[in-house]
Amino acid sequence: MMPAIKTERLTYTYSPGTPFCKTAVDDVNLEIEEGAFVGVIGHTGSGKSTLIQHFNGLLQPTSGKIYIDGEDLWADKQKLRAFRFKVGLVFQYPEYQLFEDTVYKDIAFGPRNMGMSEEEIDKSVREAAAFVGLKEKTLDRSPFELSGGQKRRVAIAGVLAMKPKVLILDEPTAGLDPKGRDRILSQIRDYHSQVKNTVLLVSHSMEDVARYCGKVLVMNHSRLFLYGDTAEVFEHADEIREMGLAVPQLTRIFHRLSDAGYPVRRNIYTMEEARAELEKLYASKERGRMGC
Amino acid sequence: MLKDITIGQYFPGDSVVHRMDSRIKIILTVAYIVMLFLSSNPAGLVVGFLFLWLSYGVSRIPYKMILKSLKPVAPIILFTGVLNMFFMDGDTLWQWGFLKITREGVLMAVLMTVRIICLIAGTSLMTYTTSPIALTDAIERLLSPLKRFRLPVHELAMMMTIALRFIPTLIEETDKIMAAQKARGADLETGGIVQRAKALVPILIPLFVSAFRRADELALAMECRCYHGGEGRTRMKQLRLRYYDFAACAFVALCIVGVLLVNRFVPAFL
Repeated sequence: MMPAIKTERLTYTYSPGTPFCKTAVDDVNLEIEEGAFVGVIGHTGSGKSTLIQHFNGLLQPTSGKIYIDGEDLWADKQKLRAFRFKVGLVFQYPEYQLFEDTVYKDIAFGPRNMGMSEEEIDKSVREAAAFVGLKEKTLDRSPFELSGGQKRRVAIAGVLAMKPKVLILDEPTAGLDPKGRDRILSQIRDYHSQVKNTVLLVSHSMEDVARYCGKVLVMNHSRLFLYGDTAEVFEHADEIREMGLAVPQLTRIFHRLSDAGYPVRRNIYTMEEARAELEKLYASKERGRMGC
Repeated sequence: MLKDITIGQYFPGDSVVHRMDSRIKIILTVAYIVMLFLSSNPAGLVVGFLFLWLSYGVSRIPYKMILKSLKPVAPIILFTGVLNMFFMDGDTLWQWGFLKITREGVLMAVLMTVRIICLIAGTSLMTYTTSPIALTDAIERLLSPLKRFRLPVHELAMMMTIALRFIPTLIEETDKIMAAQKARGADLETGGIVQRAKALVPILIPLFVSAFRRADELALAMECRCYHGGEGRTRMKQLRLRYYDFAACAFVALCIVGVLLVNRFVPAFL
């Protein structure tokens, strides 16, 4: 199957040739499968935000190539805009990009730029609003009088309405309370399972990534450290912690148990797995005692 | 991207010139400009040029930065040069209709061009080696005698500092908003003037909203820390004169004397 996103030796340097010169993405080779739900993690300044801005052509790589659905992104600059519609990017704090006088118009901005017909626009605006749980009557209000969490959802809907094949969200939950965070994340998960597109979720929170993402991409010091299934990645919990990232608490507990000599797996990160593993451990202990 | 625009154009470094008192740097820059205009003689400008070359060397600012600073004013330099060339009376070298070039004209043009180039490069050196904050600080100090005349010097300096402080922030913000709208398919590069002006709306509105929000937050934060204007404020960074400040002053004074002497004794070869 064709990978949704593929990069070859992708490198990006900020302000080359000045004292502020900095390589933010260094030699990244990557293949993201279609339909994957990928968590992108890395501490501040690890290059994850820079990396994702390459995927829809906002940044042009200093060297290396990017392929979306097998097509070279920078082959023809005229087509660049088409890729922006294919790869929807929700920035950090996206509520600061709202500008229209009604929520409806703001969500319609993207689809209108795509040149959809009025009917299609109306349909996709309403669909997108429903995905993020906005009520019909909210659509006629001014985005500036909404609460922070609502604004954020309007902004996300603005990108969903373009029906991108790949959806990238840069820390969509930053600055929200736990309830707002869970709500947005589960809405994104529902969207992913319904539309079956590719979703990339940049996050600081390992717990969130463990809970929602099937795959994890770890960036460290501008380089790709790891990319693989969530379970696979959390086996490297020690290295991830050395990088200054917190692994999920459950994973940490099981690593401690394993270090203390208990026969448990080291790649546990969900509550269900943890429970199953503990029950197994307990059962074997019981058996051991009976055997004596 | 917008980030490449240098406002304040500070070029960080750790040379003697960087460490000099910013007040002295302003005063010396003014003195240097005076020197350039005092020299009525090409030989005097050689002094000015050598001074420039030396100070760029000492401050370890790459010479190509001179070209960078000249780029935006190139049309003005060209204009002055051409104007001087054609509108001076004297020995005619070349004539075509009412246009004529004279020997004096050519000399004057060269003189003026070199003068402006030195002037721009000299003032740029100051901004290259002094951070904008240090500059406003120095301006506040230099203007402080005007407080007697009820000029709100501190408030003006504070406004300047805040404005400067927010330029990079707002540029970054604009970059982000532009990127976000581009990601939604906003087309900023093509179309006629009207279309382009319209395309700015999705950028300007969020920018204004966030600028007001930031101003609000800053005002609140300042009030929380009991800011109440300049009365009785002490400063964290005390400006202090060092030996190299005096040395620089002496050197500039020497150059000015040199220029005056050149004016007096070296015959202008006009």
